[in-house]
Amino acid sequence: MATLELSGIRKSFGATKVLHGIDLTVPDGEMIVIVGASGCGKSTLLRIVAGLEAPTEGTVRIGGREVTALEPADRDIAMVFQNYALYPHMTVAQNMAYGLKIRGLPKAEIARRVGETAELLGISALLDRRPRQLSGGQRQRVAMGRAIVREPKLFLFDEPLSNLDAKLRVQMRAEIRRLQRRLGVTSLFVTHDQTEAMTLGDRLVVMHAGHAVQVATPMEVWARPADTYVAGFIGSPAMNFLEGTLTEGGRAVALRAGPVLHFTDGPRPGPEGRRLTIGIRPEHLVRDAETGLELSLDLVEPLGSETVLHGRLPGGEPLTAKLSGAVPAAGGSLRVAIPPAELHVFDAESGRRLDGLA
Amino acid sequence: MSAALEGATPAARLQDDARLAAASRRRQRREKWLTHLWLLLGVLVFAFPIWITLVGSTHDTATIGRGDVPLLPGSHGLENYTAAIETGGSGRYRSSPAALMLWNSALMAMCIAVGKIAISLLSAYAVVFFSFPGRMLAFWTIFITLMLPVEVRIIPTYQVIVALDLFNSMAGLTIPLIASATATLLFRQFFLTVPDEYVEAAKIDGAGPLRFFRDILLPLSVTNIAALFVILFIYGWNQYLWPLLIVNDRSLETIVVGLAKMIGSGDTQNEWNVIMATAVLALLPPVLVVLAMQRWFVKGLTETEK
Repeated sequence: MATLELSGIRKSFGATKVLHGIDLTVPDGEMIVIVGASGCGKSTLLRIVAGLEAPTEGTVRIGGREVTALEPADRDIAMVFQNYALYPHMTVAQNMAYGLKIRGLPKAEIARRVGETAELLGISALLDRRPRQLSGGQRQRVAMGRAIVREPKLFLFDEPLSNLDAKLRVQMRAEIRRLQRRLGVTSLFVTHDQTEAMTLGDRLVVMHAGHAVQVATPMEVWARPADTYVAGFIGSPAMNFLEGTLTEGGRAVALRAGPVLHFTDGPRPGPEGRRLTIGIRPEHLVRDAETGLELSLDLVEPLGSETVLHGRLPGGEPLTAKLSGAVPAAGGSLRVAIPPAELHVFDAESGRRLDGLA
Repeated sequence: MSAALEGATPAARLQDDARLAAASRRRQRREKWLTHLWLLLGVLVFAFPIWITLVGSTHDTATIGRGDVPLLPGSHGLENYTAAIETGGSGRYRSSPAALMLWNSALMAMCIAVGKIAISLLSAYAVVFFSFPGRMLAFWTIFITLMLPVEVRIIPTYQVIVALDLFNSMAGLTIPLIASATATLLFRQFFLTVPDEYVEAAKIDGAGPLRFFRDILLPLSVTNIAALFVILFIYGWNQYLWPLLIVNDRSLETIVVGLAKMIGSGDTQNEWNVIMATAVLALLPPVLVVLAMQRWFVKGLTETEK
């Protein structure tokens, strides 16, 4: 059980800067999910914590102990790899025991730990098999088992679910969450899948181009995204962005598409005419036959309980809505309104969130 | 869909299909016969000389000396093989007993195969898994020796071995042949296909470089090692020029060299029956090695343990 502190982590490969100073404090037992598109530096960050990569600058502390200069084996961590990296020539039991054997634990102790962990993961019947004789889900469990059996201070997960099929992924996701809660081990989980991030994490670190753009709980990230990148990345279908300008002394926004919307959570700072980006989630749009904006549909995706509608506003701006109930077919049109209470206001230049002053 | 087909009655169409099926059966049978014919021809071409040797080793000197080429085995097999193994024949060009030469050859081939594999495993390991200054230079230096076959560098090699006082010794016989770029290259290519995650998982498990090599990399390379062992054993076994140069002590003579020495030139009568018996004996160990390692050999050439 331990805390993890990262301070000022920078990393460059030659002239390419991959991480631009990451600070993060993870309290004991918390599950942090690092999420971002590929190439944002999330895996590099994880590898730096693991000790597989050395940071160019900055320090890593696990349980208060500075480990920046230590070998992975001396950091008391365990890692689950994307392709599991189970040694193909060893049985499941040998795979799980290998790290313990190297540490020189007595045989009886190793056998006890492997047995208990296998029991916990429901893989006791597989202990004598080779990895190639296992299904994807079983391999995943063994990889988890190899991590758990070491009783580490910190779990590191490097996109461990991305090789599984959709159904199994959902199942393993829940299982990882339960296990992590039960064992109470501080964990770092890297993924590019926002659903995985939302469901697994106590807190999310949303990364973009080597910066940790937002560190907050999943709901906070969803409800109050720090900038347009986070707003567009978290949530499916992605948030709509509309252009607008500040008006009425900061109390409203005039959308390019026409309507003037009054902020319900206080005025925004800035001069009249300040350029804004207005975000609205597709699921927050409502039908409004009288005053709504005309949306001409070019793609309709039924999801069963709801339907995702892709269309354009009269000015040509794309807009996606998620509505329930009967909808017109593609090629048709309908009127949707933007409830002012659900607006996200961002500065058009910096993309940063602008909160109400009230 | 054509009008004719649509108009046909189901019965007529059924008949049509039956005819097509019969035609495709005939074609398959014909193809099977053809391929087998070609295979038989191939077997004949490859196996006939060996059959001649086998048959020749069972006749007496006179039969073969007359210039006949018998196609059926004779009755002198036992004495020919006994003569070959125990004395190496009785003629003017008598060589060492085959038993001794077989032993020498086996020892040399084994030393070369094992030595080459050991050296190239380690050097490929260094080149692939470690980054140190001059790594690529080291690799290329090893690699370009591929372009210099033994025959080309044989004079300087001879000089070095003589200077090291290894003339007429098993060490002198094997060491120059052990240095090998081919095997290093093969292992390098194989190591490059080993996923980085294994290395990283091993690092997290706390395995040091040698431990990783022994516990993970070696077991993964087993099939490749087996395949290479077969190839290198035969390579070593078939060495002719180098043993001919570096050894003139009869007790160190290898079977391939000995065999060649048994065949005299000029107008002397060769003991072809004993020579052929020796040739058959020389053939056996490589065949045995291939048979013993066959399963691994094929596996190593076709798949990697993943």
